[in-house]
Amino acid sequence: MPSISIPLSDALMGSHICLDRIDVQGILRRRLLDLGFVPGNIVEVMQKSPLGDPIAFRVNNTIIALRKEESSLIFGEYVGSDEK
Amino acid sequence: MNSYTIALAGNPNTGKSTLFNTLTGLRQHTGNWAGKTVVMAEGEFSRGNTTFRIIDLPGTYSLYSNSADEEVARDYIIFEQPDVTIVVLDATSLERNLNLALQVLEMTPRVVVCVNLIDEAKRLGIRIDLEKISQRLGVPCIAISARNHIGIENLLDQVEKVANGTIVPNPVQITYSDQIESKLAQLEPLIEKTLGSRFPTRWIALRLLDGDESLLRTLKKRMQEPATSSGKECLTHGQTVCH
Repeated sequence: MPSISIPLSDALMGSHICLDRIDVQGILRRRLLDLGFVPGNIVEVMQKSPLGDPIAFRVNNTIIALRKEESSLIFGEYVGSDEK
Repeated sequence: MNSYTIALAGNPNTGKSTLFNTLTGLRQHTGNWAGKTVVMAEGEFSRGNTTFRIIDLPGTYSLYSNSADEEVARDYIIFEQPDVTIVVLDATSLERNLNLALQVLEMTPRVVVCVNLIDEAKRLGIRIDLEKISQRLGVPCIAISARNHIGIENLLDQVEKVANGTIVPNPVQITYSDQIESKLAQLEPLIEKTLGSRFPTRWIALRLLDGDESLLRTLKKRMQEPATSSGKECLTHGQTVCH
């Protein structure tokens, strides 16, 4: 079954996502790249805050919380045992 | 009596300040750089016949114009031109840390890479091939534990050798896409003509392609100031101007 690219904001809790596209622009894009949100890298979806936003992600062994504004612009595919 | 200026660069929480304190003992003080709200610590220590002035740059993930502290760290490396920049890496998170290391290597060849928290990495079962990293990056690479005083002498040996020119590092140069490389080839001669060889030409060309206006403004400001410090001379007498 071919995987389809979904935004990080829609990914299931506990799943692992292999990133393929970052559509955030400007300085924030640069910053996300610096933190490890780069195509090919794997991100674990850790936890939603009580109101659903922001969401915590583990990237390069560091937990980083992103607002929906940004996480909805970062795309990737499910990988590993959590594959849907 | 030699005197050298050493800058510590690295991601936040890699132990730069621990290393700083290990090196300087209790003699450090913090200084607020002119026009900036970000604090850099500065200290001094001697080893044999050599005095080291050591600057603890703000911890950053990057050295572009993303934020005030990144600009402070970047401006220090580019304009104050320390004799050696020590890039402090967290041994347990090398992948993200090497991003900054590569950025520094584009700015100056006088770099010693220092893999800190090596004892912590060992505890986690992480094995680090220092020789390979050193070979691939083209600069000396030393493992230390600043907290437990492991590898400090070795680190200082290498730093001193790079400072006095015994070791001339030859850092890896990142090759970009053909499109970017051809633009760089166009820009570099023009930059060299305008700025001379005081600054890393390729790095400035890359920032121009990046549309980094904040760097342009800083450069213009620096160009208008009377040339009080000649970058190249730093190499020999190790005195940089600090505000």
